[in-house]
Amino acid sequence: MSAMRTAAKRAPEALAQQHGVYLHVPFCRSRCDYCAFATWTDRAHLVERYLAACRRQAAGAAPGLPAITSVFFGGGTPSAVPPDRLLAALAPLPLAPGAEVTVEANPDDITVELLDTYLAGGVTRISLGVQSMTPHVLAALGRRHDPASVARAAEAAHRAGVPFNVDLIYGAAGETLDDWARTVDGALELGPVHVSAYALTVEPGTALAADPARHPDDDDQADKYLLAEARLTAAGFESYEISNWARPGHRCRHNLLYWSSGEYLGVGCAAHSHRHGRRSWNVRTPERYIAAVEGGRSVEAAGDRLPEAARRVEGLQLALRTRDGVPAAAFSREDLQALGGLVEVADERARLTVEGRLLANEVAVRLRG
Amino acid sequence: MQLSRIRNLSVVAHIDHGKTTLSDRILEISGAVDPRDMRAQYLDSMDLERERGITIKLQSVRVNYHDHVLNLIDTPGHVDFGYEVSRSLAACEGVVLLVDAAQGIEAQTLANCYLAMENDLEIVACLNKIDLPAAEPDKYAKEIENVLGIPADDVLRISAKTGEGVGALLDAVIERIPPPTGDPDAPLQGLIFDSHFDQYRGVVSSVRVVAGTLRTGARLRFVQAGAVHDADEVGVRAPVPTPVAALGPGETGYLIAGIKDVGEARSGETVTEAARPAEPLAGYRDPKPMVFCGLFPVDGDEFPELRDALEKLRLNDSSFTYEPETSGALGFGFRCGFLGLLHMEIVRERLEREFDLSLIATAPSVAYLVHTTRGEVVEVDNPSEMPAPQEIELIEEPWLAVTILTPADFTGTLMDLCQTRRGEMQKLEYLSPERVELRYRVPLAEVVTDFFDQLKSRTQGYASLDYEPAGYAGSNLVKVDVLLNAAPVDAFSMIVHRDKADAYGRRMTEKLRELIPRQLFDVPIQAAVGGRIIARETVKAKRKDVLAKCYGGDISRKRKLLERQKEGKKRMKSIGRVEVPQEAFVSALRLD
Ligand SMILES: Nc1nc2c(ncn2[C@@H]2O[C@H](COP(=O)(O)OP(=O)(O)OP(=O)(O)O)[C@@H](O)[C@H]2O)c(=O)[nH]1
Ligand code: SF4
Ligand SMILES: [Mg+2]
Repeated sequence: MSAMRTAAKRAPEALAQQHGVYLHVPFCRSRCDYCAFATWTDRAHLVERYLAACRRQAAGAAPGLPAITSVFFGGGTPSAVPPDRLLAALAPLPLAPGAEVTVEANPDDITVELLDTYLAGGVTRISLGVQSMTPHVLAALGRRHDPASVARAAEAAHRAGVPFNVDLIYGAAGETLDDWARTVDGALELGPVHVSAYALTVEPGTALAADPARHPDDDDQADKYLLAEARLTAAGFESYEISNWARPGHRCRHNLLYWSSGEYLGVGCAAHSHRHGRRSWNVRTPERYIAAVEGGRSVEAAGDRLPEAARRVEGLQLALRTRDGVPAAAFSREDLQALGGLVEVADERARLTVEGRLLANEVAVRLRG
Repeated sequence: MQLSRIRNLSVVAHIDHGKTTLSDRILEISGAVDPRDMRAQYLDSMDLERERGITIKLQSVRVNYHDHVLNLIDTPGHVDFGYEVSRSLAACEGVVLLVDAAQGIEAQTLANCYLAMENDLEIVACLNKIDLPAAEPDKYAKEIENVLGIPADDVLRISAKTGEGVGALLDAVIERIPPPTGDPDAPLQGLIFDSHFDQYRGVVSSVRVVAGTLRTGARLRFVQAGAVHDADEVGVRAPVPTPVAALGPGETGYLIAGIKDVGEARSGETVTEAARPAEPLAGYRDPKPMVFCGLFPVDGDEFPELRDALEKLRLNDSSFTYEPETSGALGFGFRCGFLGLLHMEIVRERLEREFDLSLIATAPSVAYLVHTTRGEVVEVDNPSEMPAPQEIELIEEPWLAVTILTPADFTGTLMDLCQTRRGEMQKLEYLSPERVELRYRVPLAEVVTDFFDQLKSRTQGYASLDYEPAGYAGSNLVKVDVLLNAAPVDAFSMIVHRDKADAYGRRMTEKLRELIPRQLFDVPIQAAVGGRIIARETVKAKRKDVLAKCYGGDISRKRKLLERQKEGKKRMKSIGRVEVPQEAFVSALRLD
């Protein structure tokens, strides 16, 4: 059992010792049809200044921070920017021994050299944006990476000895259940230690949102979820959060922090922080972020601190997503009854069943703080 | 005032033939309204009238013309407000019957003309809109002669828009319509033909003095109401309200007598002097509502506001009725009765607009007479109050005598329409080679759905419709219930002819399947007659409702989303354990 697993169980004192950092890279080569992230395809000229600004923000925050136990370079496409600059951005921060450091990567970018640079800089795992192993599905998602580079990237990771996650998306227009089965099996063949499988979600303002004919179908996605659950579990992966499966010892500690109401610092534009019980987020565009840092102003756009009761409920809603679940007492007796096959209770804890994971919102709205 | 110098007349016509526009010209020519204050359809004073471009309430005005006083009543043309025409006629010796020179005779032209004839009124027939390029005055003058028996040579020709011929029309009015008669010294007999509630002045009544003299300050007896009130103010609408000392016989004006409830000064009421009472006049009864629906506030908390609004509105419109109703699906509301669909639409719109309410209306129903096995006869205007099938001996439903005037080309399609609406043909007559009059008996319930829309769309708008109640008759009617997870949804119960039950059931269940959100379990939606299921749909259990991603940036968003979802649940009605958003009821009822 991993250290993290124990830590998660021993909340909240153990958690107090965890502290994460998220760094946002707001650059991509092209925009995927479903993507609503803060990312831009026409701002390559800002990369240098942007990462320098990140470094300044990190340096400024460092004195107030405990040792960092997890780092996540997310985006956007972190692998698309110079690795030395990327890693340098967080160099001012005090890293705890054995810290988990993840970089999100586009398979097209992965080379053994790049991975060596990452490893030398303290990276401990990478996350590959694979999405689908079926070319027509990739096309339907508006993804531009070359399907062939996925196997190459996995191969390079194995050679470099970097454990990796594979990100998958199901429910694109034209994706059959067979297509999805091939994607899951194909992903497993790559030899990942961790798989994230996300239901394609229609975000407002995206190209996908504007095209209702391509919107995913709930029943189809439910079938695909069950398929993924079955195949991943059979392959020795454990579902530890609604959309995340890992081989033993390979859960993503950084993400567990999110679901256990842990604290983290957000570096870069549009990055979110949770510190001292307060949630806040940075200005959205790289330009405004750079301007704020260079002008010596706060990069925070806004934030809020919830009343105690609301925080408790929020904490439960997040914890419900994980395998550890919530205290059974967080539900009324009637609700537990009404939720029938969606939650199971054992050892005073209520956990989502597989069907329950698919209906997690219905369950979550019944939580009481 | 010398009686010989008074003329009392109503302007009557089919809808849109130009009554109110003609009134504009008369107000102008007579100098009653200063040109600077003139505006089109001057007498349509309600916002709703101006927006819809139709007259809803009668308006009486007094103008001077060539040494004569003309008391003019502008009437509505729409069939729902036919009773306003009857009232107006009771205050007149003659009518100006307008006919659109580009349309010719339409259904309400006939109805209004017959009404004037029954009342022995002088009819001054007049073709309007002769300025239109499409006008065919010669042709329609002949039609008037053939159909109404008014010599073509006597039919005047005007344009209410340009004013052409309006002077000549007024001369003809003075010449042909007889002056009123009456003894100024006789005991007072005044006929109230309209009342409305004014926020500042209380009830203001329109009154026609039939005999005697109505004096300001007089102590009056309202015969039917059995109440005594003082005449605080007597006046004439010129059209600005102008107090006068007295109204003599044959004169028309207004009366304010410190009354707070229009119910005490109903149309058809007779006023006499308390000290010297006279015989009541024939009067007339308020029309009975023909169409009923439930009105519910979308926001249940607004029930008290709705009650107040109905009370206030009724002060101005005694022709609709309301009583409290409780619905399992829609909560607390009122069962309301209306003169017709337009009236229903207008009352609802006034409630929403003038009182800032948001309402749900159930599907319109009619009043059935139910003969029970216990030998009682009960009136049921709300399907959810229909007795159980085994307690029913017989159901009678209201029928209408329907008159349709149509270009001959459309006769076939209209006969087909009436046929599918269970109509029984009474008469088919060619009024001219091109114009056919169809008479049918049709159940009212079949007319209050989309009969009128169908009639218009099948004839490109050329056919016109008039109807009047034609008694009750037994029919093979059944109540269709709609069940959600085996629990009946009262708001969707409907009484229909047995032959149409399946179609209604299918339509409603299909509609609801689209509108009811998926639940945690399969939800059967059934339509049933008695215990027999006639249609069934299923809303399959919801299988997926989850946020796929929930990382640092998603947490606040997720919390808000769940909060909204929780709020939404609170606002849902629970029927048979099924959570139904109010909007689903609203849409299901609207789609009719
Ligand atoms: N060209 C032309 N149009 C006219 C004339 N008289 C009325 N109209 C138009 O016909 C339409 C209906 O006129 P109204 O005066 O509102 O008709 P109405 O008979 O009072 O209608 P209801 O009160 O709803 O029954 C309006 O658009 C008028 O402008 C006319 O002499 N010539
Ligand atoms: S690569 Fe990721 S961040 Fe970039 S556009 Fe596609 S989905 Fe969005
Ligand atoms: Mg009018």
